[in-house]
Amino acid sequence: MNWMRLKWLYFLLSALVILPGIFSLVKWGLKPSIDFSGGTLLELKFSETARQQDSEAEIKEELFKRDFEVSSVQTSNGDTFLIKMKPITKDKVATIKVVLAEKFEEMPEEVRFETVGPTLGRELLVKTLVGILLAAGFILFYVAWSFKDKMFGVCAILAMFHDSLVLLGVFSLLGHFKGVEADTLFVTAMLTILSFSVHDTVVVYDRIRESQKEFPKANLVDLINKAVTETLSRSLNNSLTIIFMLLALWLMGGQTVKWFVFALLIGTISGTYSSTFTAAPLLVVWNQLISKKS
Amino acid sequence: MTKQRSLLLLIFLITAFSLFIALPSKMRLRFDIRGLKIDQEISRPPLDLSLGGFRFKRDLEVKKGLDLAGGTHLVYQADMSQIETKDRDSALEASRANIERRINLYGVSEPSIWTAKTKEEYRLVVELPGVEDINTAIDLIGQTAQLDFREEVSPSAQATLAAVPLSFKPAGLTGKDLKRAQVQFDSNTGQPVVGLEFSTEGAKTFEEITTRNVDKMVGIFLDEFPISLPKVEEPITGGSAIIRGNFTLEQARKLSIQLNAGALPVPIKIVEQRNIGATLGEESVHKSVRAGLVGLLLVIFFMAAYYGYLGFLASLGLIIYGLVTLSLYKLIPVTLTLPGIAGFLLSVGMAVDANILIFERIKEEKRMGRPTRVALELGFGRAWDSIRDANICTLITCFVLFNPFNFSFLNVSGMVRGFALTLVLGIGISLFTGIVVTRTLLRVFSRI
Repeated sequence: MNWMRLKWLYFLLSALVILPGIFSLVKWGLKPSIDFSGGTLLELKFSETARQQDSEAEIKEELFKRDFEVSSVQTSNGDTFLIKMKPITKDKVATIKVVLAEKFEEMPEEVRFETVGPTLGRELLVKTLVGILLAAGFILFYVAWSFKDKMFGVCAILAMFHDSLVLLGVFSLLGHFKGVEADTLFVTAMLTILSFSVHDTVVVYDRIRESQKEFPKANLVDLINKAVTETLSRSLNNSLTIIFMLLALWLMGGQTVKWFVFALLIGTISGTYSSTFTAAPLLVVWNQLISKKS
Repeated sequence: MTKQRSLLLLIFLITAFSLFIALPSKMRLRFDIRGLKIDQEISRPPLDLSLGGFRFKRDLEVKKGLDLAGGTHLVYQADMSQIETKDRDSALEASRANIERRINLYGVSEPSIWTAKTKEEYRLVVELPGVEDINTAIDLIGQTAQLDFREEVSPSAQATLAAVPLSFKPAGLTGKDLKRAQVQFDSNTGQPVVGLEFSTEGAKTFEEITTRNVDKMVGIFLDEFPISLPKVEEPITGGSAIIRGNFTLEQARKLSIQLNAGALPVPIKIVEQRNIGATLGEESVHKSVRAGLVGLLLVIFFMAAYYGYLGFLASLGLIIYGLVTLSLYKLIPVTLTLPGIAGFLLSVGMAVDANILIFERIKEEKRMGRPTRVALELGFGRAWDSIRDANICTLITCFVLFNPFNFSFLNVSGMVRGFALTLVLGIGISLFTGIVVTRTLLRVFSRI
């Protein structure tokens, strides 16, 4: 089948997903969690008494009066409150609990307390970027070496950046519209997807390499079409098994990993798409550019 | 065929062993089959092997990370502005040892404390599983160490006959007067000793103390606890002294670290703190495990539906994969965190991938008209290149994530590392089950 005839359609489809993401990234960026921005996160649980409307606003107001710089109060199940604010020390938590106990006539249970200094957040961001670039560099060299052509290395990395952009864009949009935060788990998901993306691309490229050996005189575009046809069902089946696993985790797993799993899910879908519909057409484009030059 | 028989036997043994390790240590068996009643509790003893000088002891329980077990994660920043550059590493190490000693006194089970050094920042990370009232623990950790020298109180004349416990009084020399302590070697005997170096002020005081106390003991106390009770042989002048005592190298090092905790006091402050309630963790584990099982069943169902007999054998390989992985987690042991569980589940997907790659190849070869047995062997051979290259790329990412050389420009967070470790293990084991196990099962049971 001549898959590559439609290569501009594939690129257009990618652009339809990536461009809004890039727009959102430039305009709003990602919503950083306290892992990156520094700050305090306090989760308090009340029993029945606090189940009134507007408790969030009341808590915020009450704490503002005591000079706590609260940035948001969220509720889940109506009795658990997630309070985010500028970094505070542990002894201040006791003050907050007493203040709220007076307000709601019940001592809240402290479910979670996290505080991160502002310097740590910045450092984590830099380290993450260095990590991604380093991994990308190593993989580029390995693929280029293993396939004896830098074209394969560069195109595999481009497909990998495609997936990173999809993931970053989706989370930027989610952050802006749904308040989803990018935290350390998101970074882990990002790095996993980078490796999955290359993993998947290499399988397609491997087929091209094999056919090249078998038919050294054949046109590269034909070989790419052949490889895509041969690997499509494998790519789909493999991704389906991973998607089954992730869907189960997303729907049934705990609250803490929900967005982490969602990030992996988006990445897996994008990674599967990109290895066939981005990484392979990129080779064709690269090849055309080379032949035009010479 | 004999080679395959022995491989099959090996696989069977590995599976049985893994099953033994992977199952919970206590199980209740209850059967009631037509009057045959079995009601028994089976328990497995912890593993304790010793071979020569090497001891291997495991309680064979899955170690849960803080986010699963609940507990407190603290990051302290050390203020090194008062410490000379060359002494900073020993100061940080002394500070770490000091915190560890205090936490052990406080009675926390299995705390982990490590140092994290970036270009100009010196940090200490403390993880306390399941501590309830952590404020006391934090206060305890945050104090800087108090080192002082004390001289023997000469027993009064009446009491000399009775067995008087040694008592000491402060000698007016503290950690401030000690510049540093380090392990040295006696030039005559080659024995490790601990060398002390005093400041100019401290040297004078120390000379006075030693002159007063020849043939008596001078106690060195850290946070009110005696860490060394050396006997003065002669007055010591010149500001440097040596503590001898038939130390092993390890003992000498430990003492010098303790002394440095007082000599190089480093003020520390909290820059990060996370408390995770145990209930939150417990809920997450239950949900994730249940979700994992459902996911695994879906995968098995899908494989069997799509690839038939082959898929069924691959699922068998997948179950063996799960058992081997779980028992390795217990044996190594791997501290399991939430991202770790996710890494494990993801590696299940990758384990299946190796099989799918192979099966697709087998199908192709059969389509080209090759006999089943030949198609089988060719399929395995052809798929290998892509399996190898794909997995090496994943390993590269794991390597960067795990950061085994502690490069300061990369992440050292325990969570990210746990994820990388489970993924690496997953790849290794999946290659074993995907290639050796499934292949052997196919060769032996193949009837397609």
